[in-house]
Order: sequence, then C-alpha cells, then structure tokens
Amino acid sequence: MDPQLIAHLGVIGFTFFMLLNSAAVLVLMERKVAAFVQQRLGPNRVGPWGAMQPLADIIKLMMKEELRPKAADTFLFYLAPILCAAAAFAAFSVVPFGADTTFFGLLDDPVKLVAANVNVGVLALFAITSMGVYGIVLAGWASNSKYSLLGGLRSSAQMISYELSFGLSLAAVVMLAGSLSLNEIVDSQQGYWFGFIPKWYIFLQPVGFFIFMTAAVAETNRAPFDFPEAEQELVAGYHTEYSSMTFALFFMAEYIAMATMSAVAVNLFLGGWHGPFLPEWLGWVWFLAKVFLLLFFYIWMRWTLPRYRYDHLMEFGWKWLLPAATINLLVTAGLVLRYGW
Amino acid sequence: MDALFFWLFAVVAIVSSVLVVGQRNPMYSVLLLIVSFAALSGLYVLLNAPFMAVLQIIVYAGAIMVLFLFVVMLLNVTKEDEGNDPKPRFVIGPGPRRLGAVLAVVLAVQLIWALRTIADAPFMADGVGTTVKDIGLRLFREYAFAFEATSILILVAMVGAVIIARKDR
Repeated sequence: MDPQLIAHLGVIGFTFFMLLNSAAVLVLMERKVAAFVQQRLGPNRVGPWGAMQPLADIIKLMMKEELRPKAADTFLFYLAPILCAAAAFAAFSVVPFGADTTFFGLLDDPVKLVAANVNVGVLALFAITSMGVYGIVLAGWASNSKYSLLGGLRSSAQMISYELSFGLSLAAVVMLAGSLSLNEIVDSQQGYWFGFIPKWYIFLQPVGFFIFMTAAVAETNRAPFDFPEAEQELVAGYHTEYSSMTFALFFMAEYIAMATMSAVAVNLFLGGWHGPFLPEWLGWVWFLAKVFLLLFFYIWMRWTLPRYRYDHLMEFGWKWLLPAATINLLVTAGLVLRYGW
Repeated sequence: MDALFFWLFAVVAIVSSVLVVGQRNPMYSVLLLIVSFAALSGLYVLLNAPFMAVLQIIVYAGAIMVLFLFVVMLLNVTKEDEGNDPKPRFVIGPGPRRLGAVLAVVLAVQLIWALRTIADAPFMADGVGTTVKDIGLRLFREYAFAFEATSILILVAMVGAVIIARKDR
C-alpha cells in the first residue's frame, strides 16, 4: 500500500483514539479540579492518585441496566445518543493539531496532521457542530418525559441563539487570515511583532476571542450556561431517561465537544502549534499545552460561577453578544479593507 | 469511485425524499428530509463545490430543519390526521385534496419538462469557479441587486413576525 495513505490512516486512527482518551482524562480532571476548588481530595482509591477512576467508571457504566421508558419512541430514543456522539467525533476531523510532518524522513512528502484536510474547514466545523443539536432535541422528544422535553427545548434554543455569535466571531478571524482552511489560518499566525509578541489573533481580536469562548461554553452546554441539565428544575434535562451506555454516549459527547471547541479556539486565536523555544516538529506539544489550558479554564469556570437564569442567558445572547459580534465583524472588515493585512 | 458515491447519494436522496411524503409520523418526515439534504450536500461535493455543500448543511439541515423540528415538537402532532374518509378520493374528494391533486399533476409536468430539457444544457459552465471567492464575487457584482432585494424581503418578514408575536399592542 501507498505509505502516504498508511500515514494518513494512522493519523485518523490516532485522532479517534486520542479523542476517546480525552473524554476519560477530562472526567478525571474535572473531578480532581472540582475537589481542589472545594478543598476535598477527589477520587483517590482506584490506582495511584485515583488515576484509574475513569476506567472504573467505564466498567460501572457498562454493567448498569439499560432502561427505556415504555412510552418512548424506540428508534429515535437510541438514535439520539449516537447522533450526539457521532457529531462530536466528526467535528474534530477537520481540526489540525500539528505542522506537516514526514515522520523523521520516513515519508517522501509531508503528511498533514489532520483527519480531513478540507479547504472550507471552518465552515465544515460549523456545519457539523450544528448537527449535534439534533441528538439533544431528539433525546428530549423521544424520551416522552416532560423534563427531557424541556431540557431538549432549552438546549436547542440556547445552541441556536449562540450559534449566530459563534459564527460571526469565526468570520472575523477568517477575514484576517483570508482563508477558510484551518491549516492556513494557523500558518498565518506565524512569527512575531517587535520580535517578542507572537502574531496570534487573540491580540488582534480580543473581543472576538471573548465572544467565541462565551458562545463555545453555551454551545457545549457547560456551566454557567448548563441549563439543559439544571438539576434543581429539570432533574437531568434531556438525558433524564437514559442509563448505562446510552447515557455514557451523551456524557462522552459533551467532553469531546469541549475538547474540540478548545482545539478550535487554539487554532483560531492562540496560534495553533506555533510557539517559542520548541522546534517545528514538536509543535504539537504547544498545541496540547494550549488546549489543556483552555480545558482547565472551562472546568475552573464550572466550579466557580453559579448558573445563570434562563431568560438572562437568552437576553445576553441576543441583546449583548450578537450586537457585539456584529460590530466586531464590521470594525474588523473596515480595518482589513483599509490596511489590508 | 466517484460514480459509486454518486449512485449512493442519489439513491439516498430519492428514497428519503419519497419516504418524507410517505410517513405518517411528521417527526420522522422531518428527519428523513434532513437525510435527503445531507445526501444533496454529498452530491455538491462530487460536483467540486465544497462551499455549497457546507452551506447546504448549515442553512438547510442545520438551521431551517431545526425550526421545522421545533414546530412539530411543540404542536405535538404524533400522527397525521387521516380524517373520517376511509377511501381517499383524490380528484373528486373535498376541497384541499382536489387542489393537492392539481398541484401534483403540475409538478409532474414540470419535472418531466425539466428532465427532458436538462440533457441539452451544459453540465457545468466552463470558467465558472465554485470557490468561496468566485461565488462571493458573482454574488456581490452580477447578482448584487437580487441579493440585496432578498435580504430586505427576509428583514421585512422578520419584522412582521416580531410585530405579530408582540403582546403589548
């Protein structure tokens, strides 16, 4: 077989494997950081420092009984978690995580470290993440339970509302880079201003970065915007009726979506795998470090900030975030036209 | 390889579109329509138009169908109302059905006409790019008026909807 093809298949398999692992690692990280914030120890029984806890959790989830409400729509009830997880995995396929590499000269031509090198990568990502909402809506509807339905409705309304600001903040970066390909956007952030400030778009787009992160938190249904699963009001929101592995799929999808959003934020605003001190082929270390930092920020926020009120969330999204994103886009467009980056 | 994918997407698009109409449960109809749109998007990719493919997903499958799904869910119509007519008589039946039959005939005639004339038209005009830049340039130069007129139309519809939905009048 063509070595180029083998390398590409290897990259795809590796991406999938790492995403699966990232969900497990994130669960542990979430519990450890939560414990740290609340001055507890957190999981510490399974393995050294509780590091084997995710494995124990997986075994527990697999052993649990699979429950299904009698009045549920069987087909859609099982389709929903699969859709959710599939969308979460597929979204990462267009996200590059390192510079082109020949694997130390093993290959003749460099291979791109991305599962699918799409030239409209940013839009493809946007399209796939917008598919994830179907999993949640269907879970809410197919369960035939009022808590699930309310959770599903809330979550989809929230995701649709914040998708607009999300898209507009993406558009500003696309204009600066002059390309829709994530690879080219990362490469346009190479180099330094005045010799020491890295040319990352966070410095050109501070407002855009804030809007992107806020919308990303709302899109992934994380605290302080985790209304779909607001315990006091809705039990567990759209996945109230799910148990065992079907629940685990939703759980996994949420963490993978978090990892994807962080990776995209790193590629768009934080220079991707570019950074000082390390040679080009070690760029993925920078990438992982930046993603880890953003993920820590996500978790930190969840355990620090209280939940918003639902009407406040909608008001904030439509009356503040969307106008801010629009103005940001217009100002960026004007500056790009005037100075032509 | 391309031919294989073409037949796959084409069959999926046609079968799911037929099933949309054949479904009694509107929830499944909406989902099948999404499948049909996804297959269309695949066909766009085969036509070397990835931008259109992605837009098809974002706009139709992503935004418009969510709206459809919402309406179906909130109205909670689980089964289509079949009425009390045991044997549906399409042409001599009551009002709406007769109109439907006429529309179906018109649509069939249009389809046959379109399929008969499309064979003469070029498959893809030469020199017409499908990249974002090409589409953007054509949209804002040649078709600028149509584009702006459409956007005003949508804005009017939006304002109208807000005014109708307002409580404090």
